[in-house]
Amino acid sequence: MSAVAVERPPVEAGGAAPVGPVTQRRVALSEWTKLRSVRSTRWSLFVMLLLIIGFGILACVVFESRWPHLGADERHHFHPLRANLAGVNFAQLAIGVLGVLAITAEYSTGMIRATFSAVPKRLPVLWGKAVVFGAVAFAVSLPAVFIVFFIGQAILSGQHINIGISHPGVVRALFGAALYLTVMGLFGLGLGAILRSTAGGIAALAGIVFVLPPIVGLLPSSVTNSIDPYLPSNAGGAIWTINPDSGTLAPWAGLAVFAAYAAVALAIAAVLLKRRDT
Amino acid sequence: MIEVTNVTKRYGEKVAVSDLTFEVRPGIVTGFLGPNGSGKSTTMRLILGLDAPNAGRTLVNGKPYRDHDSPLHEAGALLEARSVHTGRSARNHLLALAQTHGIGRRRVDELIESVGLREVAGKRAGGFSLGMGQRLGIASALLGDPRTVMFDEPVNGLDPEGIQWVRKLLQRLASEGRTVFVSSHLMSEMALTAEHLIVIGRGKLIADMGVEEFVASASKHSVRVRSPQLERLVELVAGPEVSVSAVAPSVVEVRGLSSEQVGTIAAEHGIVLYELSTQQASLEEAFMELTRDSLEFHVEDRPKAEPNEVLT
Ligand SMILES: Nc1ncnc2c1ncn2[C@@H]1O[C@H](COP(=O)(O)OP(=O)(O)OP(=O)(O)O)[C@@H](O)[C@H]1O
Ligand SMILES: [Mg+2]
Repeated sequence: MSAVAVERPPVEAGGAAPVGPVTQRRVALSEWTKLRSVRSTRWSLFVMLLLIIGFGILACVVFESRWPHLGADERHHFHPLRANLAGVNFAQLAIGVLGVLAITAEYSTGMIRATFSAVPKRLPVLWGKAVVFGAVAFAVSLPAVFIVFFIGQAILSGQHINIGISHPGVVRALFGAALYLTVMGLFGLGLGAILRSTAGGIAALAGIVFVLPPIVGLLPSSVTNSIDPYLPSNAGGAIWTINPDSGTLAPWAGLAVFAAYAAVALAIAAVLLKRRDT
Repeated sequence: MIEVTNVTKRYGEKVAVSDLTFEVRPGIVTGFLGPNGSGKSTTMRLILGLDAPNAGRTLVNGKPYRDHDSPLHEAGALLEARSVHTGRSARNHLLALAQTHGIGRRRVDELIESVGLREVAGKRAGGFSLGMGQRLGIASALLGDPRTVMFDEPVNGLDPEGIQWVRKLLQRLASEGRTVFVSSHLMSEMALTAEHLIVIGRGKLIADMGVEEFVASASKHSVRVRSPQLERLVELVAGPEVSVSAVAPSVVEVRGLSSEQVGTIAAEHGIVLYELSTQQASLEEAFMELTRDSLEFHVEDRPKAEPNEVLT
């Protein structure tokens, strides 16, 4: 690197730079810079988009082409929106992992020391990350679910098994899917901040979303039925479903329960963040 | 200004810093010395509030670091462990830190230029060499035009040109009236840059003195004497200010007397001397002497003097 060898101007420790106080706004802007300037963000968001749109289209294509051969029972269980949003089930892991990484990558690289040196009160960092990451997750997933809805329904219309955007509950479910993914990302952020390890955070998130429901399913059905609707992913699932199975929570109540999980994770993270050494 | 008052920090059973008290004044470079594991980096993390002490408190410019409105304007630190996301470019790293204090891009670009990272500013910091990493760390430390700077082994990994540059930088920062606190293992390095020294060992304060004072005490010499009648000579030179240590069979080192005095005493009593010489301790030796009892990690099997030296 030849630049090092050449004569440099002296470091101006002062200079014309105005230095202001740390504010929540400024920390949020800093978090936005951090989020947009690492490759893992672009990749995870791209993968999430691909999963939502790809799987949604795939499921619609399969149903549309197989429709004439399906039995009455299968036809009865088919729902145009559920097939259409199949990708959300996979995308939730991508956004959750990105949420975990938003904080654990700072610990694994040591960046957290620079971050907390600049913002020694620490909590503005957590809130800044939550706001910025939540906004980005929502901004990416909302167009994705609308795009896959229109493409998917166009495909299904080949067999006249599609529904329109004005169908009761559809708009709520589409917004709901984007909100669900957003909350999942925030849940990941909270778990990551508690565990401070990428592997630990991803394992915890995957465990809660994918492993916990089948385990609860093994319990006696009276127990299962009373716990099941309150599991994070089941509660949150209510908001993006329009003809729910019996025994699920009402859409907004379900979302509220799911958001409460994420809020609790973030609150625990906040308490620990204040107390722990870095 | 940094004030550390009765600070103790434990990690589990391990006491990293023990009832440590000292002050670092503005306007001069203060060196922070101690053997490996003596608690220098820990002390710096405590000052920044990155770790919390079990007892005592640390103040930066009169307040706990975290209570300042613009922390980066109060203190800028280059920490020991790298503190950069490996996937982010140097420019974005600095920009993200700058934005927390409303510091603009121009300042970021200025600093990149002046630490010599312009050509790599857009590259991932993960690919940086040790020296480039140090330069980036120094740039982040200076972002907020800090009144106090704290550098943990800044010359680590730098080439000779870089070492020169850091020395000048430290002195210039001090001459601008800032508080400059720099850790190092190398006494000789500190003798060149620092005006004051804080020396710790095993987390405890060993010395808090001016560099000149330290150098003066270091140049206290000893007299090396080899004689077949050592026992008799040792009896004769004994006194409250005099210490004698055996370094090899029939060789001793006498402290507290000059070689002239030892030679005269020997002559007066008809003692035969095979060797009489003044031993000048180097700064490093003086430093090692000072911290010998508090070494965290002794190198095994090293007697105080090499017997071989005597034979050759
Ligand atoms: N986070 C930590 N957890 C456990 N022990 C720690 C931690 N940080 C430091 N220590 C221990 O505290 C002691 C002091 O370490 P520290 O890194 O402060 O020393 P140092 O003077 O900076 O050493 P060096 O010159 O090698 O950089 C060491 O024994 C170290 O093992
Ligand atoms: Mg250290």
